[in-house]
Amino acid sequence: MIFGLTQLSYLVASALFIFALHWMNTPTTARKGVYAGVAGTALAVAATWAEPSVGHHLWIIGAIALGFAVGIPLSMVPLTAVPQRTALSHAFGGVAAGLVGTAEFYLRLAENPAYLTPFRMTALIAEIILGYLTFTGSLMATGKLQEVKWVPQRPVTYPGQNVINLGLFVVAIVLASMVVMNPTSPIAFYLFPAIIALALLFGILLIIPIGGADMPTVIAILNSYAGLSAVAMGFVLDSKLLITAGALDGSSGLILAIIMCKAMNRSFTNVLFGAFGQVKQSASTGEEKVYKSETVEGAAQVLEQANLVVIIPGYGMAVAQAQHKVRELYDQLKKRGITVKFAIHPVAGRMPGHMNVLLAEADIPYTDLVEMDEINPDMPQVDVALVVGANDVVNPAARTDKSSPIYGMPIIDADKARSVFAIKRSKNPGFAGIDNELYFADRTWMLFGDAKNVIGELVKQLAGGSGMH
Amino acid sequence: MTAEMWATLYVFVLASFIGLGVIRRVSRLLHTPLMSLTNAISAIAVVGAILITGGDYPLHIRILGAVALFASMTNIVSGFLITDRMLKMFKTEEKPRT
Repeated sequence: MIFGLTQLSYLVASALFIFALHWMNTPTTARKGVYAGVAGTALAVAATWAEPSVGHHLWIIGAIALGFAVGIPLSMVPLTAVPQRTALSHAFGGVAAGLVGTAEFYLRLAENPAYLTPFRMTALIAEIILGYLTFTGSLMATGKLQEVKWVPQRPVTYPGQNVINLGLFVVAIVLASMVVMNPTSPIAFYLFPAIIALALLFGILLIIPIGGADMPTVIAILNSYAGLSAVAMGFVLDSKLLITAGALDGSSGLILAIIMCKAMNRSFTNVLFGAFGQVKQSASTGEEKVYKSETVEGAAQVLEQANLVVIIPGYGMAVAQAQHKVRELYDQLKKRGITVKFAIHPVAGRMPGHMNVLLAEADIPYTDLVEMDEINPDMPQVDVALVVGANDVVNPAARTDKSSPIYGMPIIDADKARSVFAIKRSKNPGFAGIDNELYFADRTWMLFGDAKNVIGELVKQLAGGSGMH
Repeated sequence: MTAEMWATLYVFVLASFIGLGVIRRVSRLLHTPLMSLTNAISAIAVVGAILITGGDYPLHIRILGAVALFASMTNIVSGFLITDRMLKMFKTEEKPRT
């Protein structure tokens, strides 16, 4: 009876999780999805806690209270810091799976070795490798995104890197199969920590050669790993709830990673083992090119005359915290009857969907956020394309220059607009270290300066002008 | 491989297909909240941690469980809260700003 009730709760929780994701298909029902997720989780936790084998309630209450104490502040970070919060939560998910796997192994080894069948052992080893690898990998990603001092920002590469990584992986697999075949042997007792150490090391080595521009893909892949480690835990514990929830998380990470890869015209292996940023010399050859600078006053006049303005935001907008100033600019232009749209590239920012969240935070209606594929056919009709802190996603070299590292990547066709203003912090090339031809085009004018200040000045100009009549 | 093991494999394969089908339809606008939501959902691994922390097991095992319980609970709390916080910001109409 009790068993049946517990299983029924798990079944209902699984169904609620599927509904939660289903409701994410439009912003109007999305919040219902959160409630379904909360209900499912609460139900499953209550059912588990009520099991007769579960005691030590003070321990459980203490750990849950600590989880709230850390989780609530973590949910209040500024939205520009959401990528690193997400990476950190993958680290938490990974370490939880790793620790439960470790505890299970030593517990069963001491009490009930027959439980450790080859099937369960395979799942258990997969759980700890994925879990601990996700833990250190995600911590590294968090460090890179948060720009922690001792974590290198630029990709770190050395000769034979892929060979060493592959070698370590093979060693881990060999050790793992030794443990799976004979989990009760005295060697396995010591091999198990060695596998954990290898997984922890592997997570670090996997992330250090990856640059900031590839972070959206990497976060999505780590998301997938965290989900798969939960699936593996489900196999160990015979829990279909865990398998279902983990599979949903795993497939979500996989789909996001595929979307990110397509948006950069790169393959998984290329992102993970390609070490972007190594081939930056190609574009620096040729004659010295010159930028055409424009003053804020001049740009404001052109904007006032426009009918259709498209703003193309990038990571630079997040860095400068310029989204609220962008909203003021949007208001000023709207007031004049000018149509304003935002062109969103899938990999703009440091995680999937990053720009949408920042612009939504600034109260810009999501109906004015347009995807790359939808806006590109309209770009020739656009009077002004305003590039705010984006670089590679508007670089025409992706269409024309076969030697460019970003060749083949789909871009927002800013260069086809009637005029382009690009706000740029400095005259240095962007993250990938590639010169951007767009900045030297006939119809492009540069506005140098911090994105927040430049847009603030534009708003002032426009506001001053409208006060005249 | 017992029948029970085959059943769990079936669940995994079918749940993955459901996941792929459902996630593909998620609005691209919401990919950031989607990630924090799936993260909170997969933190349901907390049930494994509860079983280990609350069981009648040696102390060092239960400490591992309690740390895992804390980590999963952090993901549940922060994941759902931040997802809701982000989703609240997605609006269609311009509302007057204060």
